[in-house]
Amino acid sequence: MFGLFKKFKEGFSKTVSAIAEKTHGLFGGRKIDASSLSELEEALYTADFGVETTNEIIQEIKEAYKKDKDLKGKQAAEIGASVLKRILAGSEGVLVESGTKPTVLAIIGVNGSGKTTSCAKLAWRLKEDKKTVLIAAADTFRAAAIEQLQTWAKKLDLELISSHTGADSAALAFDAWQAAKARNKDYLIIDTAGRLHTKSNLMDELAKIRRVLQKNDATAPQHRWLVVDGSLGSNSIEQAKVFHASFGLTGLIVTKLDGTSRGGAIVGIFRQLKIPIYFVGLGEKAEDLQPFSIENYSNAVFGLDK
Amino acid sequence: MFESLSDKLGQALRNLRGVGTLSPENMAEALQEVRTALLSADVHFKVAREFIERIQTQCAGQEVLKGVAPGQQVVKIINDELVKLLGEGSTELSAARPLKIMLVGLHGSGKTTSTAKLGKLLKKRGYRPSVVACDVYRPAAIDQLEILAKQEELGFFADRTSTDVPRLGKKALSDALASGSDAILFDTAGRLQIDTDLIEEVKKLRSEINPDEILLVVDGALGQEAVNVAKAFHDSLQITGLILTKLDGDARGGAALSIKSIAGVGIKFVGTGEKIADFDIFYPDRLASRILGMGDVVSLVERAQESIDEKEAAKMAEKLRKADFDLEDFLSQMQQMKKLGSMQSLIGMMPGMNGVKLGDGAEKQMAQAEAIIKSMTFQERRNPSVINGNRRQRIASGSGTKIVDVNQLLKQFQQMQKMMKMMKGGGAMKMMRQMNAMKGKGGFPGMGM
Repeated sequence: MFGLFKKFKEGFSKTVSAIAEKTHGLFGGRKIDASSLSELEEALYTADFGVETTNEIIQEIKEAYKKDKDLKGKQAAEIGASVLKRILAGSEGVLVESGTKPTVLAIIGVNGSGKTTSCAKLAWRLKEDKKTVLIAAADTFRAAAIEQLQTWAKKLDLELISSHTGADSAALAFDAWQAAKARNKDYLIIDTAGRLHTKSNLMDELAKIRRVLQKNDATAPQHRWLVVDGSLGSNSIEQAKVFHASFGLTGLIVTKLDGTSRGGAIVGIFRQLKIPIYFVGLGEKAEDLQPFSIENYSNAVFGLDK
Repeated sequence: MFESLSDKLGQALRNLRGVGTLSPENMAEALQEVRTALLSADVHFKVAREFIERIQTQCAGQEVLKGVAPGQQVVKIINDELVKLLGEGSTELSAARPLKIMLVGLHGSGKTTSTAKLGKLLKKRGYRPSVVACDVYRPAAIDQLEILAKQEELGFFADRTSTDVPRLGKKALSDALASGSDAILFDTAGRLQIDTDLIEEVKKLRSEINPDEILLVVDGALGQEAVNVAKAFHDSLQITGLILTKLDGDARGGAALSIKSIAGVGIKFVGTGEKIADFDIFYPDRLASRILGMGDVVSLVERAQESIDEKEAAKMAEKLRKADFDLEDFLSQMQQMKKLGSMQSLIGMMPGMNGVKLGDGAEKQMAQAEAIIKSMTFQERRNPSVINGNRRQRIASGSGTKIVDVNQLLKQFQQMQKMMKMMKGGGAMKMMRQMNAMKGKGGFPGMGM
C-alpha cells in the first residue's frame, strides 16, 4: 500500500509542486488570508478542477476561516482534500469477473487518448494477477493501430486476435469472443478505434460491436470503459456524457497523469456521471497503469502525506 | 467548438438591454459571466482575467450607441479584442525552398495525422513533399506514417533499424533532397514537455536538420495545461507556430486563446476532421467571428472551390439547364458534396448554424440515397421510369433499405425533374407555388431543397 502511494506521489509530484508553487508554500505553515485564498483559487482552476469544484473547495475553506482566523495552510489543504474525497466517494472501481467466461472489456475513447496502450497495460496487469487474457485488435480504422498492438503483444507476451486494416470491427469482436471461449480465457479486452463523440456514425459502430457480442453472451461486454486523456479540460466531461448516453459506460481509465496536468477534469466527470475510475496512467511503463485510489489522489493533489 | 462559449456570452450580455452608458457597475455581472464562460471553455485562468480587464477598460464610460443594443456593442469590443488576441491576419508558412518542417507535441495530439495532412496541403500548393518518420518509440508509428504517405502519394523516408533520431533525420533529409523533394516534414515522437531526455533528443534533431518551421501540435480539447505545454516547448525549441487538432469535436478551444496570448506563437493550421482533407489554414478573424456565432462562410467557400471539379460543375449546370438530369448525375453530385468534408464540419461554418447538431441524420440520408442509386442498373439510373415493382424490391434488398425508401427517393426525384422542366419553361411563378407545396415533405437529400 505504501508503495502505491509512493507511485501516486511520484506521478503527481509535479502537480503538488505546481500547486505549492502557485500558492507560495501555502500548504506549509503560513496562515490563510484573502490573497492566499485567491492564489489557491487560481491554482485549482489551472488544475482543471472547473468552476463548480473550485467554488466548493474555496467556499469551505472560507467558512472555516470565518470561524478561525488563525487557520493554517496545512489545515486548508486538509479541508480541500476532504472536499475532494467527499465528491469522489464511490469513484474507486474494482474489477469483478463475471460468472461466465470470458469477462469482456470494451475499451473506447476519442482519438489519441491512449486506448491501445491502455489495453496492452491492462492485459499485462491481469496476466500478472494470474488471469488468462485475450486482446482483440478491433481498431481496424487507424493506419497501423493493429501493428501497434502486435508490437506490445510481442513485448509483453500477450495473446492477440487481429485482422487487417479496414476489416469489420464487429465481426472481429465476434470471432475474438469465440476464440476466448474456446481457449477458456478469463478476460477478453477489445481495443476499439478512436472516435470523436460528435460523430454518430462511429458511435453506431460501437453499438454494433455490442450487439454482435451479445449474440454470444447477452451480458457482454460487461465492462465498457472510456479512456480519458488526463490533460484535457472540461471537454472531457462532454466526451464522457456522450459516450455514456450512447454506450452506457461502466468505468474510466484516466491516462497521461504523469505530466504537469492535474487531471482535475476527472473530478468533474465523476461529479456529473458517477462513473467509477478503475485505473490511472502514471507513466509509460506497463506497471505505470495503477488502480485509482481516492485517498491517494486527494492527498497527492493537496500535497498531504499520509 | 466554440459554440457554447458564444451561447454563454450572448446570455451574459442580454442583461445589458436598456442601459445608457457602460460602467464598471452595470458591466460587472455580465463580465463575471463572461469570465465563467471563458473558464468553462478551458481558457487559461490568467488569460481570462487579463482579457476581462481589457474589456472592462475599453467598455467603461462608452456611451451606448443609438440604434445598437448595448449587448451588441460589447460583443463588438469582445470580437475586436479576440481578433487581436488570436493574432491579426493569417499566419503563413516560411517561404524557404526547400522547406523543412518539424512537428512536435504531446502523445496523442495528432502529430502523425497532421504530418500527412500538411503534406497533402503542400502538395496541392505545388511542392513535392516528403515525410520522415522520427518517432522510433511508439509501436508501429513508422508504419502509420508510411501507410498515410502512400495513400497521399508523398515521399517517405525512415530507418527501422535505428533509434538514433538526430542521425536518421539527417540522413533522411539528404535522401529526400536527393530524390527531388522540396518540402520535408519530420514527424517526431510524442513527448512530455518535462521529459528532459526526449526534449534533448529533439533539440539535437533540430540542430542536425535546421528546420524552417517547428510546429507544435496541440489537441484542441487540451485544458489549462495547454499553456505550460506551449511555453515549455517554446522555451526549449523556439517553436514557430501551432497546429490545433480535433476541432471537429464540440464546445471548447479555449486552449487556442490561452496559447496565443501566453506563449506568443501563432496558430497556423487547424485539423477539423478525420479525413486527410479536413485541414485548414488558421484565420484569427474567422475564428473570432465563429466564437461570436457569426459563422465562417469564407472557409466554406474556399473549401468548395478547392474540392469541386470545375469541368464537372459546368457539365452539371448544363444538364440542369436542359433539364436532362438523371440519377447517375445525382450520384456524382452527392460524391462531390462528400469531398467537401463531413456535413457537421460544413454546418459549423454557416452563419447562425453554430451549435446546430446534425446528428448525422442528413449524412445518413445521403448515404442511404447513395446506396439505393448504386443498387440500380445503369439503365435504371438513366431512365427511372422503367423501375417497376420487381425492380423496386430488388433495389431495396440490394441497398439494405425498404421499398418505401426506394419509393420516396424516386418520388422526390420526379418532383425535382418536374421543377427543372418548369425552370426551363420559364414558369418561375408556377415553380414557386410548387415549391411551397413541397415544403414539409422533406426535400431531396444533399440538394439543399
